Amino acid sequence: MESKKQNYKNILTVVFSIISLIYIFPIVLVVINSLKKKTSISLRPFALPDAKSFVGLDNYINGIQKIEFFKYFGYSLFITVFSVLAILIFCSMCGWYVTRVRNVVTKTLKNLFIFSMVVPFQMIMFTLAKTADTLKLNTPVGIVVVYLGFGAGMAVFMFSNFAKSMPLEIEEAASIDGCNPIQMYFKVIFPIMKPTYVSVGILEIMWVWNDYLLPYLVLDIKRFKTIPIVIQYLKGGYGSVDMGAIMACIVLAILPVIIIYVLCQKYIIEGVVAGAVKG
Amino acid sequence: MEKTLKKYFPVFVLPTAVAFLIGFVVPFVLAIYLSFCSFTTVSDAKFVGFSNYIQAIKDTSFLHSVAFSAIFTVVTVIIINVLAFAVAMCLTKKIKGTNLFRTVFFMPNLIGGIVLGYVWQLLFNGVLAYFNRTLTYSSMYGFWGLVILLCWQQVGYMMILYIAGIQNISSDMLEAAQVDGASPMQRLFRIIIPSVRPTIVICTFMTLTNGFKLFDQNLALTAGEPSKGTEMIALNIYNTFYGSTSTFRGVGQAKAVIFAVALALIGVIQMRFTAGKEDK
Repeated sequence: MESKKQNYKNILTVVFSIISLIYIFPIVLVVINSLKKKTSISLRPFALPDAKSFVGLDNYINGIQKIEFFKYFGYSLFITVFSVLAILIFCSMCGWYVTRVRNVVTKTLKNLFIFSMVVPFQMIMFTLAKTADTLKLNTPVGIVVVYLGFGAGMAVFMFSNFAKSMPLEIEEAASIDGCNPIQMYFKVIFPIMKPTYVSVGILEIMWVWNDYLLPYLVLDIKRFKTIPIVIQYLKGGYGSVDMGAIMACIVLAILPVIIIYVLCQKYIIEGVVAGAVKG
Repeated sequence: MEKTLKKYFPVFVLPTAVAFLIGFVVPFVLAIYLSFCSFTTVSDAKFVGFSNYIQAIKDTSFLHSVAFSAIFTVVTVIIINVLAFAVAMCLTKKIKGTNLFRTVFFMPNLIGGIVLGYVWQLLFNGVLAYFNRTLTYSSMYGFWGLVILLCWQQVGYMMILYIAGIQNISSDMLEAAQVDGASPMQRLFRIIIPSVRPTIVICTFMTLTNGFKLFDQNLALTAGEPSKGTEMIALNIYNTFYGSTSTFRGVGQAKAVIFAVALALIGVIQMRFTAGKEDK
């Protein structure tokens, strides 16, 4: 009985190993093709690079030099880091406040935040782009405000839900000891809220880093592009499409994400679970 | 304490509230207003009543995209949830390599829709090239291409949630059932599935809204080709706004309002579902 069960488990391991290999095949395929001459990519994507089609890192050099990949990588990084930081700091403060102070204003705000979570981006894309344009928010710095505004709904909701479960006694004790609300927030609330910071942070990073339409419509596209915009631009672009450079850029876009994922896997998966259960 | 805190409204709430005003409230109100106007920029808006809405529901490309999205969503909700649950069941049996498998299945979620669209376009077109066809040969190809892409991306995410749900079931209950002689099938349908019902609800609604809102993958994989055959709701709205002519922006805004109302309805139903379950 026991050995039969063990056999069954071993079979499952073999089956899942095969499925896993199939699962990562699309990514591997792009990596292989990024090393090939551009003409042999669209014609025979499954052929391994041979003496004739192998070009080494030419596509990467091409992609980095011609397309200035690292410039756009920088914009993507800047926008993601500062938008997520802004969302975490301001929305956690706001979420805590609207839970502790209950009046008409905070209640209305909270309902508006919840309402904004179900509204699809297409509903406001045109007017949001116009508003951002009018207020000169069409730069990597300005778009941080837009992300804080459009992303506030889910973040405030999650922080306020967490604040609800926090015991009031700690805050009362701190208040008796003479903490003003700002000291209290940074010395008492912030450390308690840490797990929620991690899960909101991860969900927001995944959103902002990969977002295509919002930055495409809001940013001044002639001057600033993010990685998803560059890839869409290259592929959907007019004239000749350099498949080799595109493959290289795709690999360069995926690589940092996978490295971070492997390093922080535990937090990412826990963050996703916490986010879904609360959201 | 609440009294002193009240004075700190400008510090705690104002930054978020101002950004929210710019990033959501103003565009939202303006969008509702513009759905009743004819316009190409905001300044030339002329009030036209409900004519945008009438044009929207008469637009065959829009109706086609709604039908396409609806069928697509039903298919993906079923496939993703069944597969994710099945994988989660296998990966909670303490088999060797569990962690590695979870890592692999979840990975596609971290990659953006645009990038994934092009990754799969390469793969699909490579396979179809053997039959002298491409992904845009017929809408059927595009449909199943999108289904495979979205399943590949989201099975891992839902699997993580199902695993969390399954691990929450008390082992006492399962052991008691085993002692009482329950078959594996009975344990699955009488204990495991009823216990993870909240997770099933969450995952179903998440995949439901994800299916309807799909945009990036649609744009990158097929861009609606052939001749709008694989255009989904979000892409249809986008094309009405930013397509070759800008004369139908009012209609596009009306479509967007209809889309938002539909999603809000799904949200309300979801809240009913989760609230109803908590009462019991």
